[in-house]
Amino acid sequence: MNIIVCIKQVPSTTKVEVDPVTGVLKRDGIKSKMNPYDLFALEQAFLLRERYGGTVAALSMGPNQARDVLYEALYMGADSAVLASDRRFAGADVLATGYTLSQCVRKMGEYDLIICGKQTTDGDTAQVGPEMAELLGIPHACNVLSVDGFSEGTLTVKANMDHSVYTVKMKAPCLITMEKDVNTPRLPSYLRRKKRGDAEISVWGMEDLPDQDESHYGLTGSPTQVERIFPPEVTEDRECFSGSGEELAARLYSLLREKKRI
Amino acid sequence: MEYLRSFLPENRILVGANISPDYARDELGAVESAPDVLVRPQSAEEVSKILSYANERLLPVVTRGAGTGLVGGAVAVSGGFMLETTLMNRIVELDERNMAVTVEPGVLLMDLSKYVQDRGYMYPPDPGETSATIGGNISTNAGGMRAVKYGVTRDYVLSLTAVLPTGEIETFGSKVVKNSSGYSIKDLLIGSEGTLAVIVGATLRVIPLPSEIVSLLVPFPTFRAAVSTVPELIRSGTDPTAVEFLTREVISLAEDYLGKRFPRIEGDTALLLTYDGFSAQELRERMDKASELCIEKGAYDVFIVDTEERRAAVWTARGAFLEAIKSSTTQFDECDVVVPRSKVADFTECVNELSGRIGLRIPYFGHAGDGNLHVYFCRDGLEETLWEKKLQEGFDVLYTKAVELGGMVSGEHGIGFAKRDYLAQRLGPNQMELMRRIKKAFDPNGILNPQKVCT
Repeated sequence: MNIIVCIKQVPSTTKVEVDPVTGVLKRDGIKSKMNPYDLFALEQAFLLRERYGGTVAALSMGPNQARDVLYEALYMGADSAVLASDRRFAGADVLATGYTLSQCVRKMGEYDLIICGKQTTDGDTAQVGPEMAELLGIPHACNVLSVDGFSEGTLTVKANMDHSVYTVKMKAPCLITMEKDVNTPRLPSYLRRKKRGDAEISVWGMEDLPDQDESHYGLTGSPTQVERIFPPEVTEDRECFSGSGEELAARLYSLLREKKRI
Repeated sequence: MEYLRSFLPENRILVGANISPDYARDELGAVESAPDVLVRPQSAEEVSKILSYANERLLPVVTRGAGTGLVGGAVAVSGGFMLETTLMNRIVELDERNMAVTVEPGVLLMDLSKYVQDRGYMYPPDPGETSATIGGNISTNAGGMRAVKYGVTRDYVLSLTAVLPTGEIETFGSKVVKNSSGYSIKDLLIGSEGTLAVIVGATLRVIPLPSEIVSLLVPFPTFRAAVSTVPELIRSGTDPTAVEFLTREVISLAEDYLGKRFPRIEGDTALLLTYDGFSAQELRERMDKASELCIEKGAYDVFIVDTEERRAAVWTARGAFLEAIKSSTTQFDECDVVVPRSKVADFTECVNELSGRIGLRIPYFGHAGDGNLHVYFCRDGLEETLWEKKLQEGFDVLYTKAVELGGMVSGEHGIGFAKRDYLAQRLGPNQMELMRRIKKAFDPNGILNPQKVCT
């Protein structure tokens, strides 16, 4: 079973400031890490490889420093890694990102399954995975809780639909996005790092991809217009009550009623 | 009561049935006894008034922080007054030029850590129980995981303000770094478990907060292979902050307790090393050196725990060990011995042998880097008298072994009520008599925390 896992480098803190003038995220000096949701995707891929054999390839799009998360995937157990990195890919919205990644997948050759995290901690759209599947013309399932089997080219998964769990059977190749906390991701290994050194990441620019039309990539390929980015308003309003347990309970109840929380 | 009401509001004096049963025990719950009066002072002056009153009338006074102790140290075994310090919870001052933070005794360790961290400093002592008060930490000379690199509570107390049983309020020590000025009474008070004076304030040393922290999880085929690597690791100059050992048995208990799987590792025992520093590059060099050493000593691999998620997966389990063991059994008792770090494997072999011989489940975990082990006797389905008998035998065997290996009765939990006999055995009559005379000098009427530590 040949698997491609899509991963992304995200800021390692949730306290990213927004420049009030340009509306751009201030990323300078902020440490980065692998999107935590992608760790579950990688672990699922490794578990499937253990069960069915095959390979796990990690794929990411981003600037040069995004290599770090690909190395991490290699040290966790990935067999190979591809980074889509080109100035012309910059400023991509979900559509252009999905498109670039789908182009990479086409170049990567035969595969049975693509696994993504359910969303990223910086963009939070949860759309790139499903869009890739649409662009590649393959079936997909989101928020997957477990992969129950793979036989005769059909993958069976359980997907979380919030109020119900769907069992989905899909013909491979297909794409799934993993729900969080469905497994315990393995840790990066020192021995793998030592063995693999700092080589072995394929870096692809636009020229390497099947579609050479620049207008499909990056900012120009992005129909999304961001009007404004702003940090959510933070308030520290608080009220302190004192009194007996019963008085406090009554007070709290009336307050919650008043605020229409209950 | 009338006297107390003359300077304390009604809601800070509790009597009889109004005192929650929680105040009759500590975290371990092995000894239970309620105080007659529970007082919640808010100032040194209030403490002084209560102590003067009690001293004149020879009434026992027990000081209690958050009640997270494990040896009955803050249980009012003779009744009397209990002074609960959690309302004295102000952080008074952070003196950045002298790197010193002044606190009241009821400040919780977690609040202190966060307060100084938010300002770019670290208070290094790191006992697992962060809901403990700093007063309790000082009273037991709490240690914790970072002791390997940073030492224990004693190493961070610059000065203490305490009320003597006779009512005087005195400050011992100061913000100075060096001090050769007479007996260090401050150091006598640290670890005295509320038997000499009541701590009402402390000035603590803080250090610059390291910007880089990475842990390494290192699985070994056997316990002995893991812990025999530790002395070499310490000697290697890689300067680990923490060196913990985790056994397969206790990891499984934590997995059951948390309902979460631990990252998959091979082998019987793992070391959990932490490194901190101010440069990622420099940290990596130290960790690589440590990793090479571990592999050379037979480790299967070295896994890198470098992000919030990974730290949570590994350290949440480590932090839950005590609770996990507690919830795995009907009743348990613990042994907090410390042995020279070269003797850890000899000690645990004795534990394993004992466990098989007396048919008692005895899981353990601890600080491999400083030889401090936490060993837990689990009662499970055992009938009471048999449990008591086996427990007694178990304690006798383990403390005898610890002494034989050059160890001490308690590494960080203290002596309290539960471990007095073992302390007396370890120290012998001369040292115990010296302690009793010190106690007498502070507390001539013996009102402070009677029947604790040395009796």
